[in-house]
Amino acid sequence: MGLLSATLSLARYRVDGRIPDPFMDNVRERLKNFMIREIDNDPAEKSSGWTCFESPYEPDFDKANLVFGTHLVFSLRIDKKQIPAKVLNKHLHAAVAKRLTQTGRNSLTRNEKQELRDEVARRLYVRIPATPNTYEVVWNYEGGSLWFFSTQKAANEELESLFSKTFRLSIIRLFPYTEADLTCGLTDDQKDLLQQLQPTVFKKEGTHA
Amino acid sequence: MLDVAVAYNRYKYLGHEFLTWLWFMMETDKAGLKFPDSDSIDLTVGNRIVLENSRHNRDETVTIKGDGAGLEEGVVALQKGALVTEISLAAKTPEAEWRFNLRGESLNITSFKPPEKSSESEEGDTEQRVLGQISQVERIENILHHLYRQFIRIRLSGDWSKTVVPAMRRWMIQSAS
Repeated sequence: MGLLSATLSLARYRVDGRIPDPFMDNVRERLKNFMIREIDNDPAEKSSGWTCFESPYEPDFDKANLVFGTHLVFSLRIDKKQIPAKVLNKHLHAAVAKRLTQTGRNSLTRNEKQELRDEVARRLYVRIPATPNTYEVVWNYEGGSLWFFSTQKAANEELESLFSKTFRLSIIRLFPYTEADLTCGLTDDQKDLLQQLQPTVFKKEGTHA
Repeated sequence: MLDVAVAYNRYKYLGHEFLTWLWFMMETDKAGLKFPDSDSIDLTVGNRIVLENSRHNRDETVTIKGDGAGLEEGVVALQKGALVTEISLAAKTPEAEWRFNLRGESLNITSFKPPEKSSESEEGDTEQRVLGQISQVERIENILHHLYRQFIRIRLSGDWSKTVVPAMRRWMIQSAS
């Protein structure tokens, strides 16, 4: 469902604020600062960061083309590892048995078991490759609008958090209230009315409509 | 401005009212829909409408699928107090057709299908393809923005309760009979 797919899905944002000059140097620098970190052969479970639109698996923001017409185009990449539950249970079972033998005890406390579970998971995460997901970002900087090519809640939350950290700009998702308040050119009186608005009752009680 | 998370939940209904109004307008007064510039656009309901009735803390969802998604079943749900929460739309001009779904609570555009590409544009370089795709999304975003702006101005005016809501109620009754 990405930008060049035959079928697209997107969430829309309003972005306010300016990036200091030299603009493109700063954009590249900030994207580099929060670039995706590879976590294969690493005990981390998840990694998220920016990557290049045209080379999402080998990002190089010094060389990448970021400007398409009047838009900046780059991608958010979220890498995640998932250990199958049965695999985790098998390794945890073996680790518990080993610990009990070493300590000569009959059982472990809840906390000890949880610590062991975390330790086993970390060991397995090193051996499991992360699954990467990339989602394109199309940012019309001058127009203050941004499209994010995913409507998944978790991906949108990651975008909002990472974008704010990276560019230190305000990013607000457009939905019925914000679209009305920020983009429809309402007067102050209309904005007051918007805040006081109540749902319409189309169906009168005891009638068909 | 209100806190964004609070506003999202509190004003979901506004998106549902927008889609219900849009359906009403497409059925009764297409010429009254305001499109950007001098665009000559024919906006029609696609193959899916989802309605939800959340009155009396009782959620009931009705999904109507199939080409020419049925007015009758949908109107029956409207009569019971449901509103449109998701709609599939087709926007046509003499040259092209765009299909997409619109969700009321988020105004997210999903399953957006731009017009069929020629084999020449398929083979173009990445920059051309990206720019082509951006212009397609911009076109639809602009249309939706105009329609929503038209809706919100009516919704915030006295005409909403005096004229529009009674007309929508009449449409619901007449369409079902």
